[in-house]
Amino acid sequence: MTAPQTVPVTPAATAPPRQMSSLDHLVYVLKENPVTLMAFVMFALIILSALFGPYLVPYDPLASNAAMALQPPSTSHWFGTDSLGRDVFSRVIVATRLDLIISVAAVALSFVAGSILGAIAGYWGGLLDAVLNRILDTIMAFPLFVLAMGIVAALGNTVENIIYATAIINVPFYARLVRAEVNIRRDAGFALAARLCGNSDARVLAFHIFPNALPPMMVQVSLNLGWAILNAAGLSFIGLGVRPPTPEWGIMVAEGANYIVSGEWWLALFPGLWLMLAVFTFNLLGDGLRDIVDPRKRT
Amino acid sequence: MLSVKDLAIGFRTRRGEVEAVRGISFELDKGETLGIVGESGSGKSVTSYALMRILDSGGSIRAGEATYSGIDLRRASESDMRSIRGREISMIFQNPRAALNPIRKVGHQIEDVLRQHARATMHNAREKAIEALKAVQIRDPEQRYDSYPFELSGGMCQRIVIAIALACDPRLLIADEPTTGLDITTQKTVMDLVTGLIRERGMSAILITHDLGLAAQYCDRIVVMKDGEIVEAGEPAKLFHSPEHAYTRKLVDATPRDGESIRSLLPAEARTPMPPHEIADDPLLKIINLKKTFAGKSGPVQAVKGISFDIRRGESVGLVGESGCGKSTTSEMLVRLQDVTGGAIMFDGEDIAAIPVRAFGKSPFRRDIQMVFQDATDSLNPRHTARASIAEPLKRLGGMSGAKLVTRTEELAELVGLPQHLLDRFPHQLSGGQKARVGIGRAIALEPRFLILDEPTAALDVSIQAIVLNLLVDLRARLGMSYLFVSHDLHVVRLLCDRVVVMRGGEIVEQGPAEQVMRSPSHPYTRELLAAAPQPPARRPAA
Repeated sequence: MTAPQTVPVTPAATAPPRQMSSLDHLVYVLKENPVTLMAFVMFALIILSALFGPYLVPYDPLASNAAMALQPPSTSHWFGTDSLGRDVFSRVIVATRLDLIISVAAVALSFVAGSILGAIAGYWGGLLDAVLNRILDTIMAFPLFVLAMGIVAALGNTVENIIYATAIINVPFYARLVRAEVNIRRDAGFALAARLCGNSDARVLAFHIFPNALPPMMVQVSLNLGWAILNAAGLSFIGLGVRPPTPEWGIMVAEGANYIVSGEWWLALFPGLWLMLAVFTFNLLGDGLRDIVDPRKRT
Repeated sequence: MLSVKDLAIGFRTRRGEVEAVRGISFELDKGETLGIVGESGSGKSVTSYALMRILDSGGSIRAGEATYSGIDLRRASESDMRSIRGREISMIFQNPRAALNPIRKVGHQIEDVLRQHARATMHNAREKAIEALKAVQIRDPEQRYDSYPFELSGGMCQRIVIAIALACDPRLLIADEPTTGLDITTQKTVMDLVTGLIRERGMSAILITHDLGLAAQYCDRIVVMKDGEIVEAGEPAKLFHSPEHAYTRKLVDATPRDGESIRSLLPAEARTPMPPHEIADDPLLKIINLKKTFAGKSGPVQAVKGISFDIRRGESVGLVGESGCGKSTTSEMLVRLQDVTGGAIMFDGEDIAAIPVRAFGKSPFRRDIQMVFQDATDSLNPRHTARASIAEPLKRLGGMSGAKLVTRTEELAELVGLPQHLLDRFPHQLSGGQKARVGIGRAIALEPRFLILDEPTAALDVSIQAIVLNLLVDLRARLGMSYLFVSHDLHVVRLLCDRVVVMRGGEIVEQGPAEQVMRSPSHPYTRELLAAAPQPPARRPAA
């Protein structure tokens, strides 16, 4: 055989841009968008108080002190005290862990279940797709909060059941999103090419098509973390879910609500404010997360 | 009429200021058609956007002047520009489907422009819109008025876009790659229509294209752009006959034409002798009465109506036809991405059509039949690096791993001429030509015996096309593969293929040795295809 005639390689016209590491990219995303930076700082604070809150707070969140009941905010009790004399600040901080566990677990469950259902429906289509879609339609046709109430009431009043209920009402959103993202890529060139490489349908779906749905999923995840916290707090507020005296933002708002009329506003305000800040943080996080998981943003 | 002087356009990006156009000057006279030719990234589209003042955010005119009939286009107010756009200067965009609003009737979209520029009132708008449709030679304009863009073919959509652009009798028309993505015969009718209208109405025009041959046929004067600068300007015949700048020479060389070999597409200094490829007598692939019927909304659609042809070992066969002729369906059936409705595909004596697509991944024939996809961008997973894409078949079908996999991947990259440092890039960080190389590397990774090339150069610049085609010729000689080259461009097919099969409407209308089909086509459709390709002017005799 004669020596191969290789075609000359065109030299790269411009100097190759330096490869961006993941860290560089993260720094870039944060620098480019101050809102994202703020969201990440707040998110870090929430994580810190979830991890170390119980060790950092000045008072035992469960210890009552009748002498100090219903004190307004002061230097010793930043957020005041409640009807049993418990420190509201300590309770608000300690509650972070429980609320975060509920929302993260619920979102993780619905992310996994929704992704599997949506990917299957979007990839194979047909009858399976139709049936799954009608089931999801049915779930979405219920007022979601009422559905969650029903699930918790039926299954029993525990933290796990709040997680399941929150997960179930969120599944349709993930399934819908993944279905659409998978469906438009089902016959994309790279999916066909993956099949030519000997991948089975399941492998093509799991390793080639699904990862491309991640960027929009990240937005959904962060929004959903906020909703899940609201949902858990809402369930506790109406007496389903977490029970007193466990510190939880929803219950604290519910208990504090009775005292607003009599002028003890701090009982409901501070847990409510924290709840709002947490939801706010997750909502702001979305765009930043999307930019971070999308390799195309690393130019 | 239009005078551009030292125009510079810059964009703000993540990596700082990028100069897209660096001081270009040209003049356009009344009634003249100017071609701006350049490859992707040369700044030719950006120039036209700047003239219309529709640059993306972040982009702006940094220096220079652009004057249209005494109006300073750089400093004119936004409201002045609004009345200039459409009435004085009009533009035709590259993708007609994207340029039309998908949920509005095309007639209404024409009326919009007419009423915007007070060329029609509520009462006579419909009438005038139908007139505009007639002007672009649309049959049954009254009925087409009520059509939605999705009901029309690509060529029809482009006519509507032209109708909108010309509705208000502009004096300057800017056409930005007006026929890219259209079939070669549609390209001819659309270009003939546009040039006819331009001449009839005494308009001036700027034709922006990457196809030097097309520009030569339809323009009075051509400027060649490269990296934001004009490297050469002149009459088409002069440019082709005696190109002065090295880049123009490269472009002229890379434009396929009659009676040249594939090596002559490359710059003179890179031409190496053609490697021989041997064609055996026995067929590797025998396609017998292959049929495919799809279930359509209004009854079954016969995409492929029983075609038969052979591909011998080491032979390259061209499959030519326009969109919708069934050539893509045929290639998908051959590469086993689609089940057949009837007929047989005998590969090395065994009927592979009998193996269902779902089970073909496990068949030993999977590694023998591979494909290079039409759109290199679409065929690479955006989340996989070039390395991962090339390694995929080696891992899954070749069972390789570890150091062996790395070595083989790097070997393949070298074989297809992809520099090693690009292996760890994602597709969006690679150029079109580099992506094509990755796609080819992946397809030949397991040294298949039969490779289907589905218009592998359709989305590439001509100079890159020249390199990729030559790469394919080298690989064929080296690995002894048989090719099925699917394309709508007979001139490109002739360069690479030994035999040509011409398809139309799901049937084969003509097949035979490539030279014979090109020299003396027997079917009128083949003649039509050949005539539709732009005929670039003669080139200086090879030095």
